[in-house]
Amino acid sequence: MLNRDEDILQAAETWQKQGHGVALATVVETWGSAPRPAGSSLVINDDGTFLGSVSGGCVEGAVVTEALDVIANGHPKMLEFGVADETAWNVGLSCGGTIRVFVEKVG
Amino acid sequence: MKLETLRELNAERAARRPVIIVTDTSNGEQRLVKAKDIPSDPLRAEIATQLRMGKSANVEVGGKKLFLNVYAPTAKLVIIGAVHISQALAPIARALDYDVTVVDPRTAFASPERFPDVPLIAEWPDVALPPLNVDHYTAFVAVTHDPKIDDPALLHAFERDCFYVGALGSRKTHAKRADRLRALGAKEVDIARIHAPIGLPIGAVSPSEIAVAIMAEITAQLRLPPKEKEQAA
Repeated sequence: MLNRDEDILQAAETWQKQGHGVALATVVETWGSAPRPAGSSLVINDDGTFLGSVSGGCVEGAVVTEALDVIANGHPKMLEFGVADETAWNVGLSCGGTIRVFVEKVG
Repeated sequence: MKLETLRELNAERAARRPVIIVTDTSNGEQRLVKAKDIPSDPLRAEIATQLRMGKSANVEVGGKKLFLNVYAPTAKLVIIGAVHISQALAPIARALDYDVTVVDPRTAFASPERFPDVPLIAEWPDVALPPLNVDHYTAFVAVTHDPKIDDPALLHAFERDCFYVGALGSRKTHAKRADRLRALGAKEVDIARIHAPIGLPIGAVSPSEIAVAIMAEITAQLRLPPKEKEQAA
């Protein structure tokens, strides 16, 4: 079974209780053909374990890397991914859309 | 997100109540709005619109850019009738993340061998349905073809304002059903909401194909804006 949003957020709470650093990444805006709608989320813990998705798998790696920073310093961050946006993030969405992802620490 | 906010969010969702998280994305400031507090919230108009569409979105209020993350409850599917179509429908619906329950008082049909891994209630609708908390976020499908079972179940679905109500049967069968429901005191507006013949017209023949047609119709009802919904029906 795929991870549903409620399972993902439950996992975030459980990780936090277990003493992990946890970050929540949420798609807050999409333009063009984006793979996941606004509100889709990814949760990441300080092991680099993640659940959920913010794209079709194109940018999750970059989001996880940024999330580890957010867990470490506690400051929220807005990420933007577009078509072959190599200068900004070195990853892009092959589907041709653009998405903004808000990454925040939990706790 | 504060741990307290996450806890409240998970608790509201476990109770199948809609909840909204409002985030100022410029600084991370955040608050949670419970369903019961929406009418008194300063963003009540914006929140109500997004909740109706089941869509998260950005809004600009007083020069602030706010993200409204809408968490509607996970959709449920209640299937009346442990028939061949239901054996195909239950796993498709589960793959689409629905919480599925099958109800059929006929124990020969409602057997775990025929429905592995699906919650199955071998009781009449009047006993089986009240504890299921059928609500607006529930799709309700009656496929026994037996009025004794389907009719009282449909009356329950009307009471609970299900977002989708479908019933198996040809136009002729459905016309008879409508007469029976009227005699039982059902309102015209509720009878008109029944999708029958059930499923999108894709020429489905086998039970599995009919299950696909039903699931496609439920998806359209859940996701399409009202105008396009009429065209799809």
